[in-house]
Amino acid sequence: MGNNSIREKISAANGRALNVYFTAGYPTIKSIAELIRSLEDAGADLIELGMPYSDPLADGITIQNSSKIALENGLNLKILFEHIAEARKTTSIPIIMMGYFNQLLQFGVEDFLKLAANNGVAGMIIPDLPMNIYERDYKSLFEKYDLSISFLISPMTSDERIKQADRLSSGFIYVVSQSSITGKKGEISEAQKSYFDRIESMNLKSPRLIGFGIHDRKSFDTACTYSDGAIVGSAFIRALANSEDISKTTHSFIQTIK
Amino acid sequence: MSNTNAVNTTIYKYHPDQDGFYGPFGGAYIPEMLHANVAELQEVYLSIIQEPGFKQEFDELLRDYVGRPSPLYLAKKLSAKYNANIYLKREDLNHTGAHKINNTIGQILLAKRLKKKRIIAETGAGQHGVATATVCALMGLECFVYMGAVDIERQAPNVARMKMLGATVIPAVSGSKTLKDATNEAIRDWINNAENTHYIIGSAIGPHPYPDMVTRFQSVISEEIKWQLQQKTGKDHPDYLVACVGGGSNAAGAFYHYLHDDRVQLILAEAAGLGIDSGESAATSILGTEGIIHGCMTLLMQTDDGQIVEPYSLSAGLDYPGIGPMHAHLITSKRAKVHAATDDEAMQAVIELSKEEGIIPALETAHALAILDRLDLSKEDNVVVCLSGRGDKDLNTFITYLEERNGK
Repeated sequence: MGNNSIREKISAANGRALNVYFTAGYPTIKSIAELIRSLEDAGADLIELGMPYSDPLADGITIQNSSKIALENGLNLKILFEHIAEARKTTSIPIIMMGYFNQLLQFGVEDFLKLAANNGVAGMIIPDLPMNIYERDYKSLFEKYDLSISFLISPMTSDERIKQADRLSSGFIYVVSQSSITGKKGEISEAQKSYFDRIESMNLKSPRLIGFGIHDRKSFDTACTYSDGAIVGSAFIRALANSEDISKTTHSFIQTIK
Repeated sequence: MSNTNAVNTTIYKYHPDQDGFYGPFGGAYIPEMLHANVAELQEVYLSIIQEPGFKQEFDELLRDYVGRPSPLYLAKKLSAKYNANIYLKREDLNHTGAHKINNTIGQILLAKRLKKKRIIAETGAGQHGVATATVCALMGLECFVYMGAVDIERQAPNVARMKMLGATVIPAVSGSKTLKDATNEAIRDWINNAENTHYIIGSAIGPHPYPDMVTRFQSVISEEIKWQLQQKTGKDHPDYLVACVGGGSNAAGAFYHYLHDDRVQLILAEAAGLGIDSGESAATSILGTEGIIHGCMTLLMQTDDGQIVEPYSLSAGLDYPGIGPMHAHLITSKRAKVHAATDDEAMQAVIELSKEEGIIPALETAHALAILDRLDLSKEDNVVVCLSGRGDKDLNTFITYLEERNGK
């Protein structure tokens, strides 16, 4: 049933799992392997590796811009897998690839999953792949290649769909903290907290990581009190924007969060 | 197989199934943050628009506010030139100058029934933006229109109109800064404001139920063509039905009542831009492959890696890298045929219709006129061209084009 490394890692983090997103190919293609190593060294528990896309519908301006730069740098999926393979020689942190479904479709879904598995990827996040289509057409392929999948839920997701996400997610449940695109700042509101409470009281089987708007220690700590951990993305991309030393930036960024 | 069965199969062939699929195309490939909104629409759209009170309000507004029915005009000089009876379905005479208002009237009535307070829209040429701003003014709803920064420049009169109507025009500055990017921005706005906002998509694109919903609201076009042709020709169908296609809303509306009538050849005119093989084109179905754009599976222009390619056309309403899923299905199943017209051919058609018939068409619409000479027409043939919009908004483009041409 999917790759176990993600759940093992979350469980070992004792309710404070930190999943860090970065856009592959940003700021440079060369930085992919270095970022994976640095994040592992600095104490991240999971990596969400964004496959840059021309039309990232769920993403705010920070991730849009990093995607644009990554594509201008010449990154494509073939090159990306080479760099993941390179990083895998010296790292073991679970890597979850995040991308839009059209990218997999054009590559060929099975070809993609096979390459991902062969290069040591642990799972996928595909925000625009509907759960029912996944279950009908692709679930068996994910199982064949031992790759996990993590579905998103939002404050507007019905209990019935949350249960469906719980049943189908073999990685974690990606709890989108607010009805928004990525990259929002600000404190976690009371309304958000009651939404997190509601999810927590459902006693779901899957681990839950909260993402969208988690950008500093305070929001990370708050998120962790309601879940198994959190996902930080845009804030890390912003930190990388002016980085002169990827490894240093990564270490100091992780220290400000965890 | 009995006759009844045969008829039933035919009737539903080009309509979407319950998940919004037209053959392999369509569906709803959306992030979870939009699921509740889209699911709500999927659940209620048919019952709302079939409700007698809704229909009555819709019909009244189309008649008294939009000015429907729009005339079906036999263009005599064009007919002589192309050696067939060329009828123009005059959507350009609608209030706000294009077919777009048929859909925005329908969707604003729907939005009111869904108790949404805030309306967003994307626009390319600005016609859909104007039509949305208009119905928002009419109904007193707040209106935000996303428009590519490049299009804001080339469609200045429509931007001014939207502002006069009380809408806020928000420039989309990502990507190619045209229709695709305006649509991305509108979808992101919808994710951020899912609870109070209705997104009025202007084209027959997007996640299910949008393609079908937009098509149904636009289908007043083919409904009228039917009885108008009956009156004028004694037959309720043309031999050829021609429409330009970007996302495909005017074509969808003009085709709707003839989708399953094999006596009618359905012809789509795409924008070839500088030429199909020039690298600067928006001929989506010819250059496109199967993939997902703006929440639906369809034909779109993309790289081997699934990155969406920026299209090009001089016309702001046709430079969209995808095509509505119904059209993708009509084309791949050979029900509809596609021709492509270049910028130059479309401009020639603008000039021709202006001089010969005294009608200045929108640049988008002109693509449909520009491909008439590719059809194998005979004197008896009745051809209906959907004259989707008027050219006032394109005057700057026309003037620049003519100056450049005369300067050469």
